[in-house]
Amino acid sequence: MSFGDFLLSNLHQFWELTGFANAQAGNFVMLAVGLFFIWLAIKKNFEPMLLVPIGFGILIGNVPFNASAGLEIGIYEEGSVLNILYNGVSAGWYPPLIFLGIGAMTDFSALIANPKLMLIGAAAQFGIFGAYMVALAIGFAPDQAGAIAIIGGADGPTAIFLSSKLAPNLMGAIAVSAYSYMALVPVIQPPLMKLFTTKKERLIKMKPARAVSQNEKIIFPIVGMLLTCFVVPSGLPLLGMLFFGNLLRECGVTTRLAKTASNALTDIVTILLGMTVGASTQASQFLTPQTIFIFFLGFMAFIIASSSGVLFVKLFNLVLPKDKKINPLIGNAGVSAVPMSARISNDLGLKYDPSNYLLMHAMGPNVAGVIGSAVAAGVLLGFLA
Amino acid sequence: MKKLTKYFAVATLALLGTAAANAQGRSGLRINEVMVANENSIVDDYGEKHAWIELFNSNFSPMEISSIYITNDPARPTLYPVPLGDVNTEIPTRQHVVFFADGEPNKGTFHTNFVLVPGQDNWIGIYDADGKTLIDEVTIPASLLVDNTWARTEDGGAEWSVRDGSENAYITPSGANIIKDTNNKIENFSRLDENGFGMTIMAMCIVFSALLILCLCFYGIGEINKGVSKLNKLRAHGVAPDEAAVHHATHDSGEEIAAIVMALNQHLNAHDTENTILTIKKMKRAYSPWSSKIYGLREIPRK
Repeated sequence: MSFGDFLLSNLHQFWELTGFANAQAGNFVMLAVGLFFIWLAIKKNFEPMLLVPIGFGILIGNVPFNASAGLEIGIYEEGSVLNILYNGVSAGWYPPLIFLGIGAMTDFSALIANPKLMLIGAAAQFGIFGAYMVALAIGFAPDQAGAIAIIGGADGPTAIFLSSKLAPNLMGAIAVSAYSYMALVPVIQPPLMKLFTTKKERLIKMKPARAVSQNEKIIFPIVGMLLTCFVVPSGLPLLGMLFFGNLLRECGVTTRLAKTASNALTDIVTILLGMTVGASTQASQFLTPQTIFIFFLGFMAFIIASSSGVLFVKLFNLVLPKDKKINPLIGNAGVSAVPMSARISNDLGLKYDPSNYLLMHAMGPNVAGVIGSAVAAGVLLGFLA
Repeated sequence: MKKLTKYFAVATLALLGTAAANAQGRSGLRINEVMVANENSIVDDYGEKHAWIELFNSNFSPMEISSIYITNDPARPTLYPVPLGDVNTEIPTRQHVVFFADGEPNKGTFHTNFVLVPGQDNWIGIYDADGKTLIDEVTIPASLLVDNTWARTEDGGAEWSVRDGSENAYITPSGANIIKDTNNKIENFSRLDENGFGMTIMAMCIVFSALLILCLCFYGIGEINKGVSKLNKLRAHGVAPDEAAVHHATHDSGEEIAAIVMALNQHLNAHDTENTILTIKKMKRAYSPWSSKIYGLREIPRK
């Protein structure tokens, strides 16, 4: 072999390792999806904390490379750096850490002051099981249907946690679908809220909630954890961490821990979770007909969840005394996209009556939705795992 | 008192630590399947057939079994100590390990120094490293035939049965006693709940019940709390609880008092003495390009 041939052969080998030589149409489709997510986050300000890491993760996961070269760079290659970071998703320990942060960030006062709002959070979980039925009708197996249906809970960490247990092969599509629809809550929910309510109902003014004592705030996470986890022990990883985070916040003697859980820790895990979930959407794994069905089912689940929350409030109002009626515009907040869906209730309420602030009332079903979706995930896990 | 609390806290922690250690310990080790007379079953590393004892780690974490004791004599609980220093003595999560009861411990870690005798009851026990704590025991009936095993129906389960190698009673040294090729739960849901109505009804009932219990609980706690804070308020005003009704009737509410004060304030046009001195202090900061925001390379752009 001459020196020239030697150089050419090496350059040829190098070319075969480049992304250009290994690129397929699917990679470019996914790169476009990643760029679209980043655009949505930066230009439209749709859930930027989630969509920027996920969008960039999609770019990382879809740079083509020669998988048979054994370079240990792909997210699905055992021992690669991305694979090690992905362990938090595949083994399901990122979501409970996020729940710890959510607990440390969330003020449950609205819920404690008006406990009946918890039932709205329960009603909205019908979205999950409605989507479960549709998924079965399409032809998914029960465990896959359960994993897909949890998108209706509008809770990304819960969706990742459950899909990692029930249908790991669908996790990428489920996670991206869940986060996409969470980002699109301001687009999906208002038309449904208008559709199912009358003008008179939208003008209902709710009484301001009573002040909640610190004792009640401390008792809530302890009793909440014990009661919900005794009913559904399989929800322990999520509910345990959620209520633990809330106790750190409310007890008043662990301020440093609460701050770390709600800021630094949540930020770190959000970055890792978003990026690795995005990177797990490699075109070869992601671009399948199943993904289209998953996105369709996710959309259905969101619609059913939001509608059932609003309709449940209307139903509930039939039995409530006149001075204690609930504005059905807070029904959509039963899905656990905190605090986005509560903000939507507030915005829509203000649109019809500029003096009708619904935010604090909507926060009740909103945080109940977080608990409800974790309970629903526990139920699905208990039945199907 | 403070010292006492400290000791109590340390004792509780120690107790919890012990409990945690036990929970992860060897109490989850089980004798899972035993063959006393081996003519056509597995062979050891030397190509020989002997009686064998299968142990099962029922924990959901790996278990190190070196220094435990296996014995066939209740009077000699420390008969065969599992040797130290063999990496194979760590049983992975929910996995199995087989010991050959051939009376030849020099052949390796997994060869015991006792044998099992066909045609008579064989008692087998495993003891923890202290040689006193019995972890598990079983008596193999004398009636067990050649090439049959005495095995737990399910790994780590309570029921035992004879296995003869037939289709429904297979012999599984180093393997699960029940070979599952399908998930029964999924199968049942696929077969009996095709539309998902059953799941929806059950699951929604559970979700509603969980949140309803929580809701009722917090109605109760809220009412108790209201009562307690009312009592505390009365106590702060020096009123006994039984005088509360009279006190309530003769005293004005906070809102009424505030309204009276506001009215008086407007009527009398009264003002407090207000301090109107405004002080402006010059701040001195030493300039450095490293601290300059203009040249700050580490500044994060904001929209």
